[in-house]
Amino acid sequence: MENHLLSIVTFLPIFGAVVIALVPREKLNWIRWGAAGITGLQLILAIWILKVFNFSTPDVQLVEHYAWIPDFNIEYFMGLDGLSAPMVLLTALLSFLAVFTSWNIEKAQKGYFALFLLLDAGMMGVFVSLDFFLFYIFWEVMLLPMYFLIGIWGGPQREYAAIKFFLYTLFGSVLLLLGMLALYFIAEPHTFNMLILAEQSSQFGKGMLLGMNAGKVIFMLLFVGFAIKVPIFPFHTWLPLAHVEAPTAISVILAGVLLKMGTYGFLRISFPILKEAAIWFALPLAILGLINVIYGAMAALAQRDLKKMVAYSSVSHMGFVLLGMAALTPAGMSGAVFQMFNHGTISAMLFMLVGVLYDRAHHRDIEGFGGIAKVVPIYAGVTALAFFAGLGLPGFSGFISEALCFIGAFPVFTWITILATLGIVLNAAYFLWAYQRIFMGELNSKYEKLEEINNRELFALIPLAVITFFLGVYPTPMLNLISSSLNQLVEVVKSAGMVAGL
Amino acid sequence: MIKLALFILFLPLLSFVLQIFFGRRFEEKKGEWVSVGIQFSTLIMSLVMLVMMLSRSDPDFSLELHQSWLDLGLFKIDLGIYIDNITVIMLNVVAIISALVHLYSTAYMAGDVRYSRYFGFLGIFTFSMNGIVLANSLFMIYIFWELVGLSSYLLIGHWWEKDSAANAGKKAFITNRIGDIGMFTGMLIIATVLGTFNFQLIGERIHDGMWAANAGMLFGGIEPHKLLTIAGVLVFMGAVGKSAQFPLHVWLPDAMEGPTPVSALIHAATMVAAGVYLTVRIFPFLTADAMATIAFIGGFTAIYAATIAITQNDIKKVLAYSTVSQLGYMIMALGTGAYVAGFFHLVTHAMFKGALFLASGSVIHAMHHSLHKLKDHETDPQDMRNMGGLRSKMPITFGVFMVTTAAISGIPLFSGFLSKDAILAGTWAYAANVHDGWLAHLHLAWILPVFGFGAAAITAFYMFRLIFMTFYGEAKKPQIFKHIKESPKAMTVPLVVLAVMSLFIVFTLPSVNPISDHGWFTTVVQAPESAVTTGAAFDLENFEHGLHAAHVPAMVTSIIVAGLGILLAVLVYLLGKISADNLAAKLGALYRGSYNKWYMDEFYINGIIRPFLKGCEALGRFDLDFYDHYLINGWGRNVKRTSKGVGLADDLIVDGAVNFSGIVFQWLGWTLKFIQTGKIQNYLIFVLIGATLLFVVNVF
Repeated sequence: MENHLLSIVTFLPIFGAVVIALVPREKLNWIRWGAAGITGLQLILAIWILKVFNFSTPDVQLVEHYAWIPDFNIEYFMGLDGLSAPMVLLTALLSFLAVFTSWNIEKAQKGYFALFLLLDAGMMGVFVSLDFFLFYIFWEVMLLPMYFLIGIWGGPQREYAAIKFFLYTLFGSVLLLLGMLALYFIAEPHTFNMLILAEQSSQFGKGMLLGMNAGKVIFMLLFVGFAIKVPIFPFHTWLPLAHVEAPTAISVILAGVLLKMGTYGFLRISFPILKEAAIWFALPLAILGLINVIYGAMAALAQRDLKKMVAYSSVSHMGFVLLGMAALTPAGMSGAVFQMFNHGTISAMLFMLVGVLYDRAHHRDIEGFGGIAKVVPIYAGVTALAFFAGLGLPGFSGFISEALCFIGAFPVFTWITILATLGIVLNAAYFLWAYQRIFMGELNSKYEKLEEINNRELFALIPLAVITFFLGVYPTPMLNLISSSLNQLVEVVKSAGMVAGL
Repeated sequence: MIKLALFILFLPLLSFVLQIFFGRRFEEKKGEWVSVGIQFSTLIMSLVMLVMMLSRSDPDFSLELHQSWLDLGLFKIDLGIYIDNITVIMLNVVAIISALVHLYSTAYMAGDVRYSRYFGFLGIFTFSMNGIVLANSLFMIYIFWELVGLSSYLLIGHWWEKDSAANAGKKAFITNRIGDIGMFTGMLIIATVLGTFNFQLIGERIHDGMWAANAGMLFGGIEPHKLLTIAGVLVFMGAVGKSAQFPLHVWLPDAMEGPTPVSALIHAATMVAAGVYLTVRIFPFLTADAMATIAFIGGFTAIYAATIAITQNDIKKVLAYSTVSQLGYMIMALGTGAYVAGFFHLVTHAMFKGALFLASGSVIHAMHHSLHKLKDHETDPQDMRNMGGLRSKMPITFGVFMVTTAAISGIPLFSGFLSKDAILAGTWAYAANVHDGWLAHLHLAWILPVFGFGAAAITAFYMFRLIFMTFYGEAKKPQIFKHIKESPKAMTVPLVVLAVMSLFIVFTLPSVNPISDHGWFTTVVQAPESAVTTGAAFDLENFEHGLHAAHVPAMVTSIIVAGLGILLAVLVYLLGKISADNLAAKLGALYRGSYNKWYMDEFYINGIIRPFLKGCEALGRFDLDFYDHYLINGWGRNVKRTSKGVGLADDLIVDGAVNFSGIVFQWLGWTLKFIQTGKIQNYLIFVLIGATLLFVVNVF
């Protein structure tokens, strides 16, 4: 069984989706607990995977490698290293917890949970695939359930949001597909195998495409595809809308896992396969990271809708990831991946908390509350914890990863990093300001009978809080998992040249 | 020793955890005494460390514990504990004030809505503060730096139902973070050049020339000495925020919204002194230029805040600006190289300012109870204009106030005299020693002693103004005065202890000379050697000589200026020889400026915060309305429009062509069907014609 762990962890949710499709729709509890059981089992498998995973080597492990469509050299190739392992854990964890956040979905629960599990499988598949073709299939598999989950179960503007999300992402997918095919045809022999493509890296740097350097052209094609997912300015406008309209659990998945696919794509595909182009594009990437940090934070400061504020905070936080990885230093790179994981847990908490409030008050206007800490002290406490984690307080994991991104980026992009530290102040400003307006001051008489957070909601939040706190105090386990693979990646990319700093 | 330090560090954290998770259940059963007990046990442990230090009497003593924390293979960060005499003294300051504040709070905060939570927050504050004190690296200091910021936020906003309290907490946190990004950037420079955050290693590596060798890799080959100056000033930015130095001082007066014991512990004695402590820690690698910058910031803050304190009527606001001013003193001292004096003033100030705040709390407590009895919710219990004559009703509080006011005003026999005098002598020696560089022009360095002595005079004036307005004269509100009572023992005992700690002898033993700071303190605390090798370092040896020469003149001058300040206060507020109102009217704009804190808050709000928030809103609108709705959706609209066009073209041209060809073939078929007669004769004729045609074509 150990030889097929990755396949099992990927296809288990699809099996679950089929089973749920067969359950009669009146058996609501069977459906919910079925989904919880499947994702719970997946989480156990993910933890098992980490147990058998050898931390000390940067190599790909738990490999499953078979010919799939031999005529085109397409392979069924899965494996795990320090880059994908944290993402697999994150996906399994958030999927499991999101099931409990979805408990009160009001319509068509059967369809919802079936699609949710399909989405889960797609995400997992992206993170374990080492064949670009396979990767692309999972990438697209995710898209459809997401479209329906937003479009059917979302808020008032759900259809507009779903179509926008779909078109944006599809646009990116097309470019991704082109980039992938270009890689395939330039590589000799033609292959989608990412490891072999990385070995042939120099060919892409030398070849020509459309009269330009092939590596750079392909890099830009992939860049747009990935940038939309992150999202990197100026490809970010689908995000506030989709986050706000999506049901709580889907916002959790969007912010927690989906955004990471963009940066994961850079690190898995663009960086090792297109080294020269990656170095060529490092400075623009760092500048875009800076823009994300400041632009996202400023936009967050302007929002009155709490969910939108949290959504823009994601834009800002993902900017740190970009800055860290653009620098191509060990600290920056590991910091970026650690930040990906931490943003996953922290933004998931934030979206869950927004959902808790929305379920009770049926609105999210920051100005529309006031003083509610008096009636819901536990909710206020948990929110305070999540907000402080979000603004990067030491003692929470986000602080360490942000600090590592800064430390890593500083020697290379000195001025950019200095400007990006402004984000630290702005992050504090919007979180504390929002907190004050919602929880402090005189109690708004409308909310004298606001219901306290319940145990089911706490059950979804507490594991995330514990992880955020634990990794904030003792980051070693996660960094051990990450660092050897990422150090190797830095070495590989750096072998192609020097990064132009600023 | 290390074990003791770890207990001192972590026990208060235990107090936090207990109070947060179980505190509510034990509120009726005196659960707060667990925290008080924990705090007093750390006090005992700190005292043990103090005794050990005194018996060793070694100024160079140090101990370090390393713990690997974060290891990426190619990059790592260690955490650890560093103990030297400074650490031990600082631990004692924190432990004494914290323990007494805990005790005091059992009475002051009795019956509060969030009583157990309050003690929990005091616990996490003490934990974080001890973390700063024990940290062996900039990174670790930064971690606890932010955590004291958190506890300060939580405690300032303890009564968050009041908007003013909620605002003050937020303001404190954000203002501090502005200083922190400077500090963090400075840390990044140091770590990049030297590859470490550890204080000892930083010193060693600079000394060994690593800075000079590596600094060029940043900012396109910057000169190493310049970069060291920049790094030093940037790290010091953290102190500007935390120690409320100009221009980031604005949060501290607002922080008085917190409960008064909190003001005593955090915003007078310990946390705000953390900036000074940080400057002490980075002292060995400050360049002469960085120190000059620091000295001027501190000196300006000292006199600037003092001018505001004169006109405030809120008893806590007076003390708050006084704190800002005194912190400026300490910072100025360190900048001028008076290392021992700066740290000495930190310690003496912690005692007397802690006492002053707790004593003002005692007054406010009494006022509050009296107002409560009168069911008066309008009158401000903190406004000195509602007090007067309290001396007879609150003798202990009054006595403590007198002793500690004497200390802060720099009157001989009290601790403040010694430390303040040392600082003033330091500025004097510094100014006398500057012979070259930009400071020598126009004798700029003499501004520092002028600031120093000026602030000393003003301090004496406003402190005695406070005493006279509060405790002397007629009771301004006899109704309230009637119900004023001395505070309970839990409050007066800490007051008396701290008043005793404000006597000079506490710091000079075994020597008993009231005008010399020579004693145990100056034996164990000595200025470290500078590690700066890249260029001009501060000339400590020359400075120490100057210090000796300046000692007596500075002392005489300081006694004179303090005397003048007190005399003026006596004339105005005790004897009424000079009318305060007339004075205010005559000074006009100056008075209004001082009363309105020189309009700094207005400047920040209208000049920076509002425009910035407007900018954010504009950006938010740009993002949604213009960028997303117009441009991005414009793409969609254009595609739709184009598609419509294509659809039309498709209908007309492509489909038209298809239909046309259909029509053509239909017509052809229709025409041709007439020759399909089905008669064999007709077909034979066609064959014949065809064959003839073929024949003709072939032959010709």
